[in-house]
Amino acid sequence: MSVYYSSTDHFVLLPVILLALFACATLLFDFWLFPDARQRRFLVWFLLIGEAFAGVALWRQQSFLNDHGGTIQAFNGSLVVDGFSLYFHWIFLATTTIVGLISYRYFEVREEHHGEYYGLIMLAQCGMFFLASGNELVTIFIGLETMAVTFYILVGFLRKDKRSNEAALKYLLLGGFSSGFLAYGFSILYGISGSTKLNDIAIAVAGRDPFDPLLYLAIATILVGLFFKVSAAPFHMWTPDAYEGAPTVVTAYLSVGSKAASLALLVRLLTGALSTAHAAWEPLVIGVALLSMTVGNFAAVTQTNTKRLLAYSSINHAGYILLGLVARNSIGLEGVMIYILVYAFMNLGAFLVLTSLASKGIAGEDINDLNGLMQKSPAHALWMLVFLLSLAGIPPTAGFLGKYLIFLGLLQSGHYVLAIFAALYVAVAIYYYFRLVRAMFTQKQESDVAPTTSLGLKFALGVTGVLTLAIGVYPEPWLRFAQWSITR
Amino acid sequence: MQSHILSIVLFTPLAGLLVLLLIPGQNKLLIRLWANIAAALGFLVSVPLLLSFDKAKDGYQFVERADWIPSLGVQYLIGVDGISLLMVMLTTVMGFLAIFSSWTSIKDREKEYYAMFLLQQVGMVGVFISLDFLLFYTFWELVLVPMYFIIGIWGGPRKLYAAIKFFLYTLAGGVLMLLGILTLYFQYAQQFGHYTFEISELMKLSLPLGLQQWVFWAFFLGFAIKVPMFPFHTWLPDAHTEAPTAGSVILAAVLLKMGTYGFIRFSLPLLPNASADKTIVTILAVLSIIGILYGALVSLVQKDWKKLVAYSSVSHLGFCTLGIFALNQNGISGSIIQQINHGISTGMLFLVVGVIYERRHTREIKEFGGLAHVMPNYAIVFAIAMLSSAGLPLLNGFVGEFTILQGAFEANKIWAAFAVLGIIFGAAYLLWLYQRTMLGEITNEKNRGLKDLSWREWAIFLPLIIWAVTIGVYPKPYFDILEKPVAQIVHRVHQSANMPLAAGAGLSVPSVTTVAAEARVR
Repeated sequence: MSVYYSSTDHFVLLPVILLALFACATLLFDFWLFPDARQRRFLVWFLLIGEAFAGVALWRQQSFLNDHGGTIQAFNGSLVVDGFSLYFHWIFLATTTIVGLISYRYFEVREEHHGEYYGLIMLAQCGMFFLASGNELVTIFIGLETMAVTFYILVGFLRKDKRSNEAALKYLLLGGFSSGFLAYGFSILYGISGSTKLNDIAIAVAGRDPFDPLLYLAIATILVGLFFKVSAAPFHMWTPDAYEGAPTVVTAYLSVGSKAASLALLVRLLTGALSTAHAAWEPLVIGVALLSMTVGNFAAVTQTNTKRLLAYSSINHAGYILLGLVARNSIGLEGVMIYILVYAFMNLGAFLVLTSLASKGIAGEDINDLNGLMQKSPAHALWMLVFLLSLAGIPPTAGFLGKYLIFLGLLQSGHYVLAIFAALYVAVAIYYYFRLVRAMFTQKQESDVAPTTSLGLKFALGVTGVLTLAIGVYPEPWLRFAQWSITR
Repeated sequence: MQSHILSIVLFTPLAGLLVLLLIPGQNKLLIRLWANIAAALGFLVSVPLLLSFDKAKDGYQFVERADWIPSLGVQYLIGVDGISLLMVMLTTVMGFLAIFSSWTSIKDREKEYYAMFLLQQVGMVGVFISLDFLLFYTFWELVLVPMYFIIGIWGGPRKLYAAIKFFLYTLAGGVLMLLGILTLYFQYAQQFGHYTFEISELMKLSLPLGLQQWVFWAFFLGFAIKVPMFPFHTWLPDAHTEAPTAGSVILAAVLLKMGTYGFIRFSLPLLPNASADKTIVTILAVLSIIGILYGALVSLVQKDWKKLVAYSSVSHLGFCTLGIFALNQNGISGSIIQQINHGISTGMLFLVVGVIYERRHTREIKEFGGLAHVMPNYAIVFAIAMLSSAGLPLLNGFVGEFTILQGAFEANKIWAAFAVLGIIFGAAYLLWLYQRTMLGEITNEKNRGLKDLSWREWAIFLPLIIWAVTIGVYPKPYFDILEKPVAQIVHRVHQSANMPLAAGAGLSVPSVTTVAAEARVR
């Protein structure tokens, strides 16, 4: 091992290397071994084995941190592995695995089953890795683009579907635009500090007045770029269209993986390098959070397309998570971490049920397509009820835990008005979530097409459902994990 | 050593529910049978509570304690005192009768129906026995979901509207209450250095009046919507009217009591200064009186039989809240007894409506008349239910209303004067309803062939009638059970508020037995 690539570097980078190797292998073997479309579902095994290897590599990092504490720095501090980033890596790993498991049936039905899909989602996961672990602006930006570019392709993956193509183009244009903002903000930060390392930037930022025009411009542009990615209002315009047009499995991945990764970066920046300038960013984040909850909730009320409805609901959730950052105390931050974890499972679960509604010739995206699901398939309907209750934040589901911590964080930091708003929006949210519940439980079924299902779907449904309940009923270990992740 | 009797009471319906889920959906008879058995078991396991409850003891009994979420200071902490014991008994009895009364009226999706009732039973019992605030909140919210489905699936023509209205109203109140809970929790951590949701720990807090008032209003929204008190009552007529009979029974008999119970258990002891604050007490009392009169007047003009009963609930619950905010022994214990009474009598009234609705599929009052000729037994049962609701001496309603009035009179004579007016109106709308439907000649030919009560319907009504009469004739055991816990609450409110103890109120309670005696005399 040379000075350019030490053993520590290897230790830190190993999960990504494994993922990238398996991703490339998937692309190659797709042509060599599986020319027949029906065999392509075996490619899921590439994904699963790749994730298993990456999981082992992550586990070694985890046990190292458990034993020695602190952080592991690699590549002269460009990458760090600490509790915070590991927490997110586990979320990305779980998310990608679940998305992989639910995808094959969906694409087979659509006759768009291509092997590179599995490679692409693993590559997106590599990008996410750098977003959560990156401690240096260029590394972070490359990670962000790796993830974003993969998602542009994935959103347009239904080549024969006009809506999918339109969504991809829209997402590409707006996403590219937002990346530009982010890069601009990064360049100013570099100008201020003369370094791309977040540690150096933190020192430079601390020495400046928060409302120094240059710094303020940097903060504002960075926030705009990231608000785009986490789909917070008023930068949410792409969300409903991209969510609606993208293949449902990709929508699930986009709404969970991409959002979690961007939030990881946002949290790292706002609680790390930019924490001393909180006077500057706090009002911006408060405004965006309130607007996100307002736009998300009230726009969702009128939606008839379930994917669009969940898109607006995800805007609303972005608002709640941002409020946890506003609280700027450990409870609020713990709330953010738990919320992201819980959101990953409950939102994936909800999209998973929608995925199984789609079958040959039926989009399964209208609220009416849920009609009478309780009669057709009680398991799907009951799990969906759990996910929706959790999304709304009703105890004892997991969603309540996230909201609870964020409310508490807001009350502790004296943001009473924000807390009241956040609490009342729960009642608005229940209204549109229960439109889905109403369709499933009280309406007569219109067609007797049973939900499509597969072993992977069943397994994923069980995992997300059980976790959504388990985190709510017995949150202690998860709370400890979240607490561990934010103690540095 | 801990006894697990309360956990058994809490989880028996849940166990019943799990077994129910294993029964195949086509086997309707077995489902019905099992649901009734599970509900009856739920009642039977609660009987030992009553037998081994020691009313001479202070504080909570049958306490069980286990860590639930240690890092948030949440415990699985349950226990009962006299107040919650009565509520638990009310819940288990009414829960069983509600399920029993659905035997013939529900023919559609029975498995889900009974599953919802059993799940609801868990939530309701949980609300009344929780001594940990987050546990309480969990059960509080848990109750909403089954009720949404009970109204939304098996309800009347406007069921979906009524169901979501019920859900949204109570949820909005609930989340604001949560903010109040979290404020107390956070204040406690600041004063004592650790987090806990335990109610008796939170009572050690000394909070400035201003903060208490804020928290009081947060709690108020949660509880007042549930009760419902006057400006928040609009969900109730819709929900009651659209719900299936058993749903209305549970809603009236138990769910509304969660609100009044909340005031007694949480608002008063946790926020004594705010609860004794003159402005707050006046506002609450005025809202209660408006509720009493408004509910009664609106009942007078109803054309729908069930809606009339629904609005009468607003009026009766007004008495309950008025009694609570009289803040003296008579007022509060009267209020609790009246809550039980309302559960019995309004539960019966809803069942009475259900009986006729099952036969005629209409509830328009003008469709009926002279039913006493064709259904004499039914007319007797209805008469008892009506008279108990109107507060006739020797029946249960009288004991509660009289004690509340006595408490209100001690607190403020003008309140009592207005409340008495409510009793008169109450007698008016109920007697008039009875006259229009039961007495006179048979006005509608369709009513001629109606069958009288079946043995099963008798079996539902009989326990309620017996219960109503025993409370009416001999209410002393109830006052005895309530004496200690209520005295404790009254003492706490008055002591913390530094108010001089008024004569006749507070710890010395000669009036309790006098009331019982007077009730017997009349």
